[in-house]
Amino acid sequence: MLNSIKTPKKYSNNQPTMIFDNFDPREDEILRIIDNDGEVLNKELMPDLTDETIIQAYKSMLYARVADNMAVSYQRQGRMYTYPPILGQEAIQIAAGVIIRNEDWLAPAFRELAIMMAKGVTLKEIFLYYMGNEQGSNFSKANHVLPICVPIGSQLLHATGIGYSIKYQKKDEVVFTYVGDGGTSEGDFSEALNFAGVWKVPVIFTIQNNQYAISVPVKRQTNSVNLAVKAIAFGVPGIKVDGNDFFAMYVAYKEAFNHARAGNGPTLIEALTYRKGAHTTSDDPSKYRTKDEELEWDKTDPLVRLKRYMDKAGIWKENEEQLIEEYKLEIDKQFTQAENFAAYKLEDIFQYMYVDMPDILKKQKADYELFQNWKENRK
Amino acid sequence: MSVMTIVQAINNALDIKLEEDKSVVVYGEDTGVEGGVFRVTEGLQKKYGVERVFDSPLAESAIVGAGLGMALSGLRPVVELQFDGFTYPAFNQIISNVSRMHNRSRGIYKIPMVIRFPYGGGINALEHHSESPEALYAHIPGLKVVIPSSPHDAKGLLIAAMESDDPVVFMEPKRIYRAIKQEVSDEKFSIPLGKAKVLAEGTDVTVVAFGAMIRECQKAMVMAKEAGISVELIDLRTIYPIDKETIAESIKKTGRIVIVAEAPESFSVGAELMAVANEEAFLHLEAPPKRVMGFDTIVPLAKGEPMYMISPDRIFYEIERTVKF
Repeated sequence: MLNSIKTPKKYSNNQPTMIFDNFDPREDEILRIIDNDGEVLNKELMPDLTDETIIQAYKSMLYARVADNMAVSYQRQGRMYTYPPILGQEAIQIAAGVIIRNEDWLAPAFRELAIMMAKGVTLKEIFLYYMGNEQGSNFSKANHVLPICVPIGSQLLHATGIGYSIKYQKKDEVVFTYVGDGGTSEGDFSEALNFAGVWKVPVIFTIQNNQYAISVPVKRQTNSVNLAVKAIAFGVPGIKVDGNDFFAMYVAYKEAFNHARAGNGPTLIEALTYRKGAHTTSDDPSKYRTKDEELEWDKTDPLVRLKRYMDKAGIWKENEEQLIEEYKLEIDKQFTQAENFAAYKLEDIFQYMYVDMPDILKKQKADYELFQNWKENRK
Repeated sequence: MSVMTIVQAINNALDIKLEEDKSVVVYGEDTGVEGGVFRVTEGLQKKYGVERVFDSPLAESAIVGAGLGMALSGLRPVVELQFDGFTYPAFNQIISNVSRMHNRSRGIYKIPMVIRFPYGGGINALEHHSESPEALYAHIPGLKVVIPSSPHDAKGLLIAAMESDDPVVFMEPKRIYRAIKQEVSDEKFSIPLGKAKVLAEGTDVTVVAFGAMIRECQKAMVMAKEAGISVELIDLRTIYPIDKETIAESIKKTGRIVIVAEAPESFSVGAELMAVANEEAFLHLEAPPKRVMGFDTIVPLAKGEPMYMISPDRIFYEIERTVKF
C-alpha cells in the first residue's frame, strides 16, 4: 500500500503531478514514511534532511511537549485558566515549523502551540493569554501570526483572504492555517476551500484530525471515508498523512509549500493524529473514550517514533533528561514573566476597541472611574 | 420536592417532556454521550436512546436549520448551542427562517422549537464564552426570548417554552448554573411566558434585572436596606414579549427605575426598558431612569472581567444616586 508509487490520479485540471496524486484519499491511502518503531518504510520518499535539522526538530517537539505539560499543571495549580493541550500533535506542527519562514503567515485555531512557538510567539505570551490577559495576543517577535481564533473553522476564510492579498501583491508568501476534525463540519470550512480553489491562492490547509471534537468521535462527524477526500469536491489537491510521522508531515508540507509558491494554489492536508490530552483542562475524556483506545494510540506517539528513528540512525547523542530539566527552567522563567506582567487596568478593556475611541466609550470609562473613587472613599 | 441546581432543573424539565411527548428530540454538540459540556443533558441519551437525544456534527447553522426542518414536520426539537459566542453561525437560520416560517406560510407551519444556550460572563472563560446577546435575539420579530434566574424558574419556563408553538430562544445563565440550589417540585409545572415577576416589593426604587444579575441585585438590596432604601426587585423572566405592565405599575409606585444587565449598554434590553419607563410611566418618574450595564466593549478575558462584570457595589451605587437625585 505504502511502498509503491501508484499511477498519478489528478483531482483537478491544471495541477502538475505531485506526491499528493500518489496517495488517493478516495482509496483511503495514507502517506507514511516511518513506522511506530522508527523504521523507514518508504526510502524513496524519505526527505533529504540534515541530521542537525532532524535533531533540532525533535528538540522543538520535546520543548513543546514539556511546555504543554507544564501549562496543564499551571492550570491545575490555579495559576492559569482553561487551556487546550496539544499533547500528541507535536510532529504536525514542528514539521510545518521547519518549513514556515518569517514572511509566511499563520492563521491558527487554538491548538497550535508548537507552530506558534516556531513562528516566534513566546511562551510568556501564550501563558499570559491563558492567564486571561489579551496582551498575550500582542506578539512581540512573531511576524504574520494571527491571534488565536476560537470560533470553529472561521480562521480558514481569513487565511484564504490573506492568500488573495499575497497573490494580488505578487509576494512570495504562503499561508498556513489549521482546523480540527470537528471544524470540517462547519460551513466556513467548505466555503474557505471553495474560495481558495477558485482563487488559486497560496494557502496550506491542515486538518489536525485528532479523532475527537470534544466528545464526538470523527466517525460521528462525517460519513466520508476520511477528511482529506473533502478536497476533491473543491478541485484542491488533498492528502491523508500520518500526522504522528514527522518525516511524512515534512514531505507533505514541503510539497504543498512548493506548490503554493509556484502559483499552483491551495492544498489540503489531513494529519491523522490523536488528542492524547483533554479537549481543554475543563474536559474529562474518560466520559467518552476508553483507556484501551488511548493505549493503542500511545504506540504511535510522534516523539517516541522520531526518537527511535534517531537512535537507529545513531544521530541522537543528547541526554534527554538533562534537556528536559533545562527546558523546564526556561519555561518556568517565561511563566514567571507572565505572572509578573503589569496588572490589568481599566483602560486595557477600552483602549483597543477602536482605533479612534468614540466619546461614548470615553464617557463609560470616566463613569466607571467615578464609581471606583466612590468605592475607594467608602472604605 | 427536590433540591436542584439550574442544571438539574433544566435536565428535569427535558426529562419530563421527553417522557410525556414522543415528538420531543434533544440534540447539539456533545449533548448525547457526554451530556453537554455543562452536563445539562446528562443521562438523557441513556434513558431515551440515540434517536431522541444525540450528538450532532459540529455546525451551529446546521443544528438550527435542521431543527427547523424537524419542527416543520411533526417533531418538537430542543437544540443546544454550546456557548453564547458560538450561536452566531446559526444567526442566518434563526433570523431568516426560524423566526419567519409561521408568518411566511401564513400559519400553515408552526415552529415548536427551543434553541437553548448558556450565556453570560463571570466564569473566567476564553473569548466567545462570556457574552450576553439577548438583545440581538429579542430584536428579531417572531422569536420569544426567555432567561431564568433560579432553578424553579428554569424548570417552569423551559416546560412552557417546549410547549410553545412559537420558536423560543432559551438563554441559561451559566454563571449560576450550579451556584443556586433550591427546592423545586418534581411534578410537571410551567410558568407563563411573557410575564415578569416581582421578587421583592419596595417603595423607593424599582430595580429590573434577569438571569445571573438577579443574585447580584439581591446582594445590592442588602446594602440598600442598610442605607434605608426600599427596593422593588423585578425579574423580567421573558425578554420578549416584554411585560411592560408589571414594570410600569412598579414605576408608578416607586417613581424610579434602575436597570441591571451584563450586556453592552448601547442598543440593549436596557434601552428597551428605558423606553418602557418613558412611554408608560413618564409622568411618575422622579429621577432619570438609569442603566447599570456592561461597557460597549468585548467582554474582557479573566484578568479584566471583574471590572466589566456588574458588582453589587456598583448596583447599590447607582440605586443610591437615583434615589438621592
